[in-house]
Amino acid sequence: MVRVFRSLVIIAGLFQMMMLGPSYGQTSDEGTLRAEMARLAGADFDGIADVVTSLASIGDPEAAPLLRALRGGDIYWRKSDRLVVRAEKIPGRLLRLFDPLTGETLEDVKKRTIKKVKVNNTLRRSIDTALGTLTLRSPDRATRLDAAGQVFRNRDPATLPALDAALVDEADAQIAGIMRDARAAILLNDATADPAETRSAIERMVARGDPAARNILAGLDTRDPTLAAAAQDGIAAIDRSLRLWGYAQNIWQGLSLGSVLLLAAIGLAITFGVMGVINMAHGELVMIGAYTTFAVQEVIRASAPGLFDMSLFIAAPLAFLVAGLVGICIERGVVRFLYGRPLETLLATWGVSLILQQAVRSIFGPNNREVGNPSFMSGAFELGGLTITWNRLWIILFALAVFVFLLFVMKRTMLGLQMRAVTQNRAMAANMGIRTGWVDAMTFGLGAGIAGLAGVALSQIDNVSPNLGQSYIVDSFMVVVFGGAGNLWGALAGAFTLGIANKFLEPFSGAVLAKVLVLIFIILFIQKRPRGLFALKGRAVEG
Amino acid sequence: MQQDAAVQEKGKIMWTGDLRASALAAALGMGLAMTAVPTQAQEDTIKVGVLHSLSGTMAISETTLKDAMLMLIEQQNAKGGLLGKMLEPVVVDPASDWPLFAEKARELIEGEGVAATFGCWTSVSRKSVLPVFEELNSILFYPVQYEGEESQRNVFYTGAAPNQQAIPAVDYLKDQGVERWVLAGTDYVYPRTTNKILEQYLKDSGVAAEDIMINYTPFGHSDWQTIVGDIKAFGSAGKKTAVVSTINGDANVPFYKELANQGIEATDIPVVAFSVGEEELAGLDTGPLVGHLAAWNYFMSADTEANDEFIEAWHAFTGDEDRVTNDPMEAHYIGFNMWIKAVEMAGTTDADAVIDAMIGVSVPNLTGGYSAMMPNHHITKPVLIGEIQDDGQFETVYETAGLVPGDAWSDFLPDSKPLISDWRLPMNCGNFNTETGKCGSAM
Repeated sequence: MVRVFRSLVIIAGLFQMMMLGPSYGQTSDEGTLRAEMARLAGADFDGIADVVTSLASIGDPEAAPLLRALRGGDIYWRKSDRLVVRAEKIPGRLLRLFDPLTGETLEDVKKRTIKKVKVNNTLRRSIDTALGTLTLRSPDRATRLDAAGQVFRNRDPATLPALDAALVDEADAQIAGIMRDARAAILLNDATADPAETRSAIERMVARGDPAARNILAGLDTRDPTLAAAAQDGIAAIDRSLRLWGYAQNIWQGLSLGSVLLLAAIGLAITFGVMGVINMAHGELVMIGAYTTFAVQEVIRASAPGLFDMSLFIAAPLAFLVAGLVGICIERGVVRFLYGRPLETLLATWGVSLILQQAVRSIFGPNNREVGNPSFMSGAFELGGLTITWNRLWIILFALAVFVFLLFVMKRTMLGLQMRAVTQNRAMAANMGIRTGWVDAMTFGLGAGIAGLAGVALSQIDNVSPNLGQSYIVDSFMVVVFGGAGNLWGALAGAFTLGIANKFLEPFSGAVLAKVLVLIFIILFIQKRPRGLFALKGRAVEG
Repeated sequence: MQQDAAVQEKGKIMWTGDLRASALAAALGMGLAMTAVPTQAQEDTIKVGVLHSLSGTMAISETTLKDAMLMLIEQQNAKGGLLGKMLEPVVVDPASDWPLFAEKARELIEGEGVAATFGCWTSVSRKSVLPVFEELNSILFYPVQYEGEESQRNVFYTGAAPNQQAIPAVDYLKDQGVERWVLAGTDYVYPRTTNKILEQYLKDSGVAAEDIMINYTPFGHSDWQTIVGDIKAFGSAGKKTAVVSTINGDANVPFYKELANQGIEATDIPVVAFSVGEEELAGLDTGPLVGHLAAWNYFMSADTEANDEFIEAWHAFTGDEDRVTNDPMEAHYIGFNMWIKAVEMAGTTDADAVIDAMIGVSVPNLTGGYSAMMPNHHITKPVLIGEIQDDGQFETVYETAGLVPGDAWSDFLPDSKPLISDWRLPMNCGNFNTETGKCGSAM
């Protein structure tokens, strides 16, 4: 019943718009808008949908700010006089009221005196359609681009006249392209469209070739068998190309998972791989890095919100230092007494990991902490049929940068030289005047600091909670053992191999089984090559 | 691994130092664990056990419930206690370790002599303590939504059964025109059972098998790229698609982040979750999640006087204006008040008398109605569907017309279909088989 009513309203709106025709987008009497807006006070979802439809059919861009605020859930009505307002939170648990159309400030009130105009998903969709229609001819390019995308997504036949009108004037090739796509999508949603036009619309969708286009073709409802066959062929063609892109997507996702594994493992490649210390607290050092990021963001939020996008650049060196210092404390306080006794080291560092977890839980609380993504790390872009999310791209680059940095420290600095000397022959190194204790502490600190850097990156994709580290410790050991202890290149190759293998297994076997299969593969591999992919050769091996 | 003489020598010499370090570590750890245990030990009090993990993976969810219980007990004491005695909370920490739950439960009942225990979160922890409560004949209040398929004489289930959460949520989405379903869950008993029920329910209502996609992920899964990609592809078949998520706790955050990053909005493919509440959203930027759904029996945004009072008391108790309230807290609120009422009616805290008095007890809930304890030890609740808002709260978009009674044995699983539960005499049975006419299922 409700649905019938709603479609009647939409049809009515459609007629109204057709009659308006070329005058579309002209301003209307402000009184009309205000009368519609007043109906929002106390309305239920159907009532609000009704207002949105008529605002769209009036076609006055002046209504756009109101609709935008309505979608954002910022529209309220005053209980005293049922005036519809836009409200913004201000300090002191108050709300500041504005006129939704003009933006004029009205007054500051307590939350109890106003009531929210609620929206749900269905309403959000119709608001998007209305906004898309209203802003198709906006002078601002970004708004127009957005509007065209919106019209494409909602493909409401009622928007066709406005779209045609906007298409005539559109000079920007990209926006015009999306508008033509939108036009095709709308025609395919309209069973009464002209068959010739429908055919060209199908061709346009096949040329577009993305999942959205496939979705539209699959939803085509037509009685014409040739059109239906064309749509089926189109779907088959899109599926073929999507499958190929699927492999590329798998490789990309594997690289991305590999980079996360690399970050988690590379610090361990130093402490376990080079020094031979089984450090069960490695995951907690990663966690400390993530909490440092959180703390930095909190300070920035409180004191200099403008710097928020820079927060990770500030957090990275700090996380390195904090985690590094904790690492040095662990080495000086526990590990150095246990060199050469792997079992005790394992137990002691496991204890340290529990202490660190509970300490963080006591200081920051057991709940997840919110670490925000800077704007350059949010969202995704399309590369052909690939969806590449910015945060994953940056993390891959970051992992490689950390790897190069570590390689540089190991091969080109005095510390790196001493590290290699001490781990290869401690007695000889000591005789040459190297302070082996100091080098041990620095090496462990370096590994811990790198773990802290990993924490900064992982805070962007995972929960920042006291349990963060636990989920990475097994994976890290897996990578180091597989790649070959004591070799940084081994860690790199190991991480990416395991990442890509995991991602190719996952679609067939499911995430749970993929993990199991990877583990079995490693066990078998270690039987064959006990020292991993890149085994160290020479005297250092015979300990 | 290389070991040379110098290092070994060094290790031996420093052995005593090492011992000292581990002793220090142990002392530190114990000190932290002890802080949660209240120290007052009054004579002649009624002891109430609180069995929630304060450390380990589940601490994130359960610590809040411990605080809520302490607040409820404090409030009751301010009102004069119970049967003329003060209530004394006994808090223990089972540390997210399932066998430890059973040990701690025994310690509470045998060692401390608690009159009732409020606790557990995961089903496996509940299953682990069940035999203890049965053997020692004590009472457990379990506050979390769960998979059902259980009714035990010593346990009162104040969280939602599947028919009080999952099925109404699916009904709502069907009403919104959804025709294709992704059932995504973490790989353990609650999602598996719930999804089995939902799959049968959807098929019964005419959804084709190819329109249902079921996917399980390990605990704490953090790499959601493939699965979100799959959902996107599954959603491009020309029918409106929704995700029904039984993904547990922590794994939700990266899941939602990935959804947002890959540009899946609630207006395209809505996700309805059964394990995401205000507490989980607190660790998340909710801007990109607006419109995704959750089904619960309580939202912090419930516009009632009782709820306002509860929130105010909670903020005062915790001293933090930003602390949120959530559904399992309301379940404890209901369960605790039911227990108080039943003890008052029975005039004693004796387990058998209280268990009998509990059935039929009705107390106000926080959403403006009354919840009653039913003979199957589950309660009646309203079901709310809420949409996530950008302030981390839920806006109720749908509410069942009346209260929904919790169904212990699902009608959509062949094995449990003939089973009913009634703890009143003469049946006095948690799994009575209506086909064989006997107590005890032949499962």
